[in-house]
Amino acid sequence: MIKINIQKKLNSTAGKMLLDFQTEIEQGQFVTIYGKSGAGKTSTLRILAGLLKPDFGRISIHGNVLLDFSQKINLPPQKRKIGFVFQDYALFPNMTIFENLSFALHKNQSKKILDELIEIMEIGALKNQKPDRLSGGQQQRVAVARALVQKPELLLLDEPLSALDEEMRNKIQKYILQVHREFNLTTILISHDLAEVLKMSDQVLVLEEGKIIRSGNPISIFSENKKDERFYISGEIVRLEKRDSILVLTILIGKDIAKMEVNGTENNTLNLGDKVVITSSNFNPIIKKAPMM
Amino acid sequence: MNWEPLFLTFKLAFITTIILLLVSIPLSYWLAFSKSKIKPIIETLVSMPLVLPPTVLGFYLLIAFSPSNSFGKWLDEWLGLRLVFSFEGLVFASVIYSLPFMVHPIQSGFSNLSKSLLEASYMLGKSKSITLVKVLLPNIKSSLLTGIVLAFAHTIGEFGVVLMIGGNMPGVTKVASIAIYDEVESLNYAAANSYSLILFALTFSILLLVYMVNGGYLKRFWK
Repeated sequence: MIKINIQKKLNSTAGKMLLDFQTEIEQGQFVTIYGKSGAGKTSTLRILAGLLKPDFGRISIHGNVLLDFSQKINLPPQKRKIGFVFQDYALFPNMTIFENLSFALHKNQSKKILDELIEIMEIGALKNQKPDRLSGGQQQRVAVARALVQKPELLLLDEPLSALDEEMRNKIQKYILQVHREFNLTTILISHDLAEVLKMSDQVLVLEEGKIIRSGNPISIFSENKKDERFYISGEIVRLEKRDSILVLTILIGKDIAKMEVNGTENNTLNLGDKVVITSSNFNPIIKKAPMM
Repeated sequence: MNWEPLFLTFKLAFITTIILLLVSIPLSYWLAFSKSKIKPIIETLVSMPLVLPPTVLGFYLLIAFSPSNSFGKWLDEWLGLRLVFSFEGLVFASVIYSLPFMVHPIQSGFSNLSKSLLEASYMLGKSKSITLVKVLLPNIKSSLLTGIVLAFAHTIGEFGVVLMIGGNMPGVTKVASIAIYDEVESLNYAAANSYSLILFALTFSILLLVYMVNGGYLKRFWK
């Protein structure tokens, strides 16, 4: 069980804000912190890692106290047994991939773990390359592998997938889930991508202005207001044509474009560039299996 | 031609550069990463030799180290160090005088590194000193090279501070720049010219080498 209770005054772009973060995480859980930028997500992770000092609080992992203001305990990052994957990956440019990984070994640790991680993350072919020769996705895999060399009790991922394209992102998500299970990790991931949160996490913490406003399993959290069992798709109007009393809307949904016709007299408030919600009832929709990609 | 002043110049530059490197790495590290309130004061002090006439620095060092003053006397009696009109004094003055030329490139090298490199190393359980030696320094090699060369070349080019604190003692403090002045004073233009030409050629080659290394020309050439 990981117990976190931290407070810190933050100066964000939106002004001053109090980060007040309290939660308990079961061993083995995959938790995402979801929220807008500036909500305090990265600060929370940095405080957990020991890279940022909070104003007050207590953190313990499986009974080991990492931080306790009342007892004046504040372990440095080196002693926290936490793996951290940085947003910019932070691979050491002067070392090859293999050197990056073996640098992470602690004294007297067997090198067996390196081979194991290289195999799982499928980075064997890159072993002798320097990081600047690798693509974003490859660097990402190395960064995750490096964070796991010391077999941390907790793995922290600071929005590591945001710079990748969708295909690569799906791939890395698989790798991360795989190591999460195989190493029996407790993982905290920062994300602002809803699909990612739904796919990856057992538990989601929604952070807004430094406070957890909702927490629980992702499906229940994000369908909380949907008791009428309809479903909603959100998109943006990119083209608008009037034909007699009919309005032809071209709507961008994710990366797809959909053309829809609506009654023009009833929908005369819609404008170009509007963000819209398309609602459909749950009764008898057409659902087909997607072709294999 | 007397080679002694040239030999002395390079000996001075070499020793000064080594001392500066050892002093500047921790100092630049502190300047790059510290959030201390006295940091601006230290930064100013380090940069002073850039704007201060060398004679001002030389004058105060001369006063401070003179054995007729208490500090100079103390150095003389307790450590056996006589820093005026001696080679040791020249080294000391050169270290102070060339400090910004070593500190500034290294400091900006450290500052330009992504902070997450440092933090990633800490997260992997590595101490600050291991992080410095294995991660930070290898990634600012070109800054180190720039600092070393600038400090070396700047020490070769010293005149005012050397004259003030070292005087003009053959074999002890008479470096090439002073020898040139000396030869011109005694209208011995031929000797002055040969010293000058050698200094010009050597400093040109050193600087050229740095620009070629840092610009990646040599790497391209080797390939």
